[in-house]
Amino acid sequence: MSKINFLRPDKDNLNTFLYLGSFLFLISVLDVFLNSFFSLNLTGFLPGFLSFLFPLILGFVGLYFIRIEFSGIKQLDLLNKHINTNNFNAVLSLLIIFVIIKSLPPILSWFVIDASFAGDTKDVCTGSGACWTYIKVWMRRFMYGMYPNAEQWRINLSFIALVLMGSVGYFATDRFKKYLTLYYVVIYPLIAFLFIFFFISGGPVFFDFSYGIIAAILSIILGFFIPAKYKFYYFLIVPLALYITLKYFIFFEEYIELGKLDGLNWVETGAWGGLSLTFIISFFCLIFCFPIGMAFALGRRSNFPLIRYISVGFIEFWRGVPLITVLFMSAVMFPMFLPEDFFIDKLVRAIIAISLFEAAYVAEVIRGGLQALPRGQYEAAKSLGMGYWKMHIFVILPQALKLVIPGIANTFLALVKDTPLIFVVGLLEIVGMLNLAKTNPKWLGFAMEGYVFAAIIFWIICYAMSKYSYNLEQKYKTDR
Amino acid sequence: MNFKLKDIVPQLITVTAVVLVFGFFTYNAQINMENRGIDFGYGFLSQESSFDVQFSLIEYDGSHSYFRAYLVGLLNTILVSVIGIIIATILGVIVGVARLSPNYLINKFAAFYVEFFRNIPLLLQIFFWYFAALRALPLPQDAEAIFGVFFLTIKGLYVPAFIWQNFSVFFYSIVAAIIAIIVIRIHAKRVQENQGKQIPVFLISIGLIFILPLLSFLIGGVGISFEVPVLKQLATTSFIYEGGVSLPPELIALTLSLSLYTATFIAECVRAGIQGVGKGQKEAAASIGLTPNQVLKLVIMPQALRIIIPPTTNQYLNLTKNSSLAAAIAYPDLVLVFAGTALMQTGKAIEIVSITMFTYLTLSISISLLMNWYNKKIAIQEK
Repeated sequence: MSKINFLRPDKDNLNTFLYLGSFLFLISVLDVFLNSFFSLNLTGFLPGFLSFLFPLILGFVGLYFIRIEFSGIKQLDLLNKHINTNNFNAVLSLLIIFVIIKSLPPILSWFVIDASFAGDTKDVCTGSGACWTYIKVWMRRFMYGMYPNAEQWRINLSFIALVLMGSVGYFATDRFKKYLTLYYVVIYPLIAFLFIFFFISGGPVFFDFSYGIIAAILSIILGFFIPAKYKFYYFLIVPLALYITLKYFIFFEEYIELGKLDGLNWVETGAWGGLSLTFIISFFCLIFCFPIGMAFALGRRSNFPLIRYISVGFIEFWRGVPLITVLFMSAVMFPMFLPEDFFIDKLVRAIIAISLFEAAYVAEVIRGGLQALPRGQYEAAKSLGMGYWKMHIFVILPQALKLVIPGIANTFLALVKDTPLIFVVGLLEIVGMLNLAKTNPKWLGFAMEGYVFAAIIFWIICYAMSKYSYNLEQKYKTDR
Repeated sequence: MNFKLKDIVPQLITVTAVVLVFGFFTYNAQINMENRGIDFGYGFLSQESSFDVQFSLIEYDGSHSYFRAYLVGLLNTILVSVIGIIIATILGVIVGVARLSPNYLINKFAAFYVEFFRNIPLLLQIFFWYFAALRALPLPQDAEAIFGVFFLTIKGLYVPAFIWQNFSVFFYSIVAAIIAIIVIRIHAKRVQENQGKQIPVFLISIGLIFILPLLSFLIGGVGISFEVPVLKQLATTSFIYEGGVSLPPELIALTLSLSLYTATFIAECVRAGIQGVGKGQKEAAASIGLTPNQVLKLVIMPQALRIIIPPTTNQYLNLTKNSSLAAAIAYPDLVLVFAGTALMQTGKAIEIVSITMFTYLTLSISISLLMNWYNKKIAIQEK
C-alpha cells in the first residue's frame, strides 16, 4: 500500500491527533446537545446550510483523526472497532448519535416533563405533554371493560388463582413431575374454564363449588389410605361420585352457605372487556389451538390418504384466509349454520374461530418438527414394538415439540397480537376500549396517549413472551 | 381381510364425521334461510349496488353492479398490498443487513427497530398512525409544500399527476427494453458457457432501460407535463386541493403500518439467510480467485436467497392478508366494501363471506404454489 500518509495518525504524532480528534468529535456532539436541550446554536454565525451540516463535518473529521488500527488504549480501540471502522460507518454512527440526541428532548418532555399526572378532569391537561390523567381516569375501563366496578375483584381473584395454580409446575417435586403434563393439559384448563365461567361471568350454576370443594378434600384425605395400585382409578371415580352423593342425596345446607355462588351477579360477556378480556381470549385460544393443531399435524403426516386430504384441506383453508374474515364468518355466517333455537355466546364463537385459525398455524409448525426428525427415530420406536400412539407420545412428539419451541412461541405471539381483531364481533378488549374512550365528548383529543399506553402494555407482554421462549429453547436444547 | 379393515375403519369414521358436520350445517342453513325468506344465489352480483365508495382505482358509483364493487375492493386491496410489499422489502433488506453490521450503533438501532415494531399488534399500529399521528398534520390551507409540489395535509397526501402524450409509445419502449435485456442475458450466458467470455450484462441492461424510454421522448413524440395540486376554497373555512393525485390518509396509514410491521419480519428473514451461508463458502470462493463482487453475486447471494425467499414470500402473503385490517379504519378494501357494505345491503351472508374468503384463498394458494415451484427450481440437487 503506497498511500500517502495524509493527516493520518502514526506513532510519533499519535497523541496530537488523538487530542485533536477527540476534541473535534466532542465539540460536534456538544453542539448538537446544546442545540437540542437548551436551544443554543453555537454555529449560528455560519450560513444556514453550513450551520446545519457543521457538527456532522466536525465529527467526521474528528473520527477520521482518531481512526487507527491499534493504539494500545483500550477505550479507543473499542470505539474504533465498534463505531468507527471506515468513513461510511463513521458517518452513519454520527447520524445515529445526533438523531438520538435530537429526539430525546421532545420525547422526554412529552412523556414526563410537560405531562400532567394529577387531577381527574380534562382541565388539568393544559401542558404540551401527554395527559396521563386520561389514562388514570379510564384505567378501570381499559383493564376491565364495562365490567361493573363493584364486581371487579372477581376478575382479579380469578387471575391470581389461575396464576398460582399455573405456577404449580415450579414447585412440583420429582414424584409429581410425571403428572404435570396431565395437569396442564387436562386439569388446569378445566379449572380455568370453571373459574371463568362461574366466577367471572357468574353464570347459571350447574356445578356447586361448595359441594365440589368438600368432595375434593374428602377424597384427597381418603386417598391416602388407598393402595398406590388403584389410586389412578380411585381419583378418576370417587371425587365425582362423592360430589353427586353430596349434592343429590345428602344436604348440608347450613354448613355450606359460605361456598355458595348464588350471590354472584350475572355479568354477560358483552360487558367484559379491556386487558382482562385480552388475557381470557389469549388463554383459551392458546389452550385449545395446541391440541387441535397437533391432531392436524399428525393427520397431515398420516398414512391414511383420506385423513391426510382432510387435514391438508383444513390447514390450507385456515392459513389462506385473513383472521378478520374468519371473525366475520363467526359473526354473520355461523349463526345460519346452527339450529334456530341454539345460541352460542359471541365470546365463545370468537374463541372457537381464533382457536381454529391459530390451530392451522400450530399444525404447520409442528409438522416442521415432525419432518425434521430423522427416520431412525420412527424405525427405532417401531422396532421396540410400539404402536402408533405409543410411538408418537413417548418418542416422536417430545423430540419434535422441543425442536419447534420458537415456532410455537411465534404463533402464540401472533395470537396475542391478533386479539384486538375481536372488535369485528363487537367485543372490546383494550384497543377497542381505547377507541371507545377516544370518542367520549368529555375526553376528546387524547388518542395518542391511549395508543401509546396500549402499545407499551402489548410490547411488554410480547417481549416477555419472546424472551421466555428463548430461555425455554436454550433450556431444552439437546445436541443431536 | 383384518389388515385392510384396520386401514379403512379410521378413515371411514373421520369422513363420516366430516360429512355429518357439513350435512348438519347445510341442513340448518337451508331451514334458517327458508324461515327468514332468504334465497341462496349469486344473482345479486349483477344488481345495482346503489352505494358509493370513497376511493376507487376504476370508475365506480352507485349505479354500477355489486360485481363492480367487488372489483373496486379487490383492486384497492391489491394496491395496498403491492405498495406495502415494495416498501417493506426495501426497508426489511436494509434493516436485515444493518443487523449484521459490525458497527455497534447501527446494529443496535436495527435491533431496536425490529423488537419495537414486531411486538406491537398491527391493528394498534394502524390506529396509532390513522387516529393519532396523521391527525396531527396541518389543515389544507396551512400545509407547506414539500419540494414545492407535494402537500401533506390532514386530508391526505397530494402529489402532482402526470399528463402523458403518446403514453403507449413510452410503454412499448419499456416493454422493448425489458425484452431486449432478457435476450441479451440469454445470449451472454450462452457466450460464457461456450467461450468463457463475460459480457457486462448489468451495465448494458441499465443503459437499455434508460436509453430506450429516453429515445421515445426525443423521437417518439412522447411528452409529459405535471399537474400540480392547487388550493381551492370551498367555503370560508373549508379548503381542498384540486388537481393532481390525492392519496387518502387511510391509504397512507395502512401502507405505513403494514410496511413498518412486515419489514421487521423480512429483516429477520434476510438476517437468517445471510447468516445461514457458511463462512467457508466465502473463503472458498475467495481462494479460487473470485473478486469480492463476484463472491457476493455468484456464491453468497444465490445461497442466501435460497434461504430468504420462502419465508419472505410467507411474509408477503401475511401482508396481503393483514391488509384486510383496512376495514378498521374505513379504507375501502375488499373486506370493507364487499363483506361490510354489500353484506349489510343485501343480507346475503353466506354468499358474500364465501366469495371474500375464496378470493383470499385463491390469492394465497396461487402465491404458495408459485413459491413451491420456485423452491423446487432453486433447491440443491444433491439427494
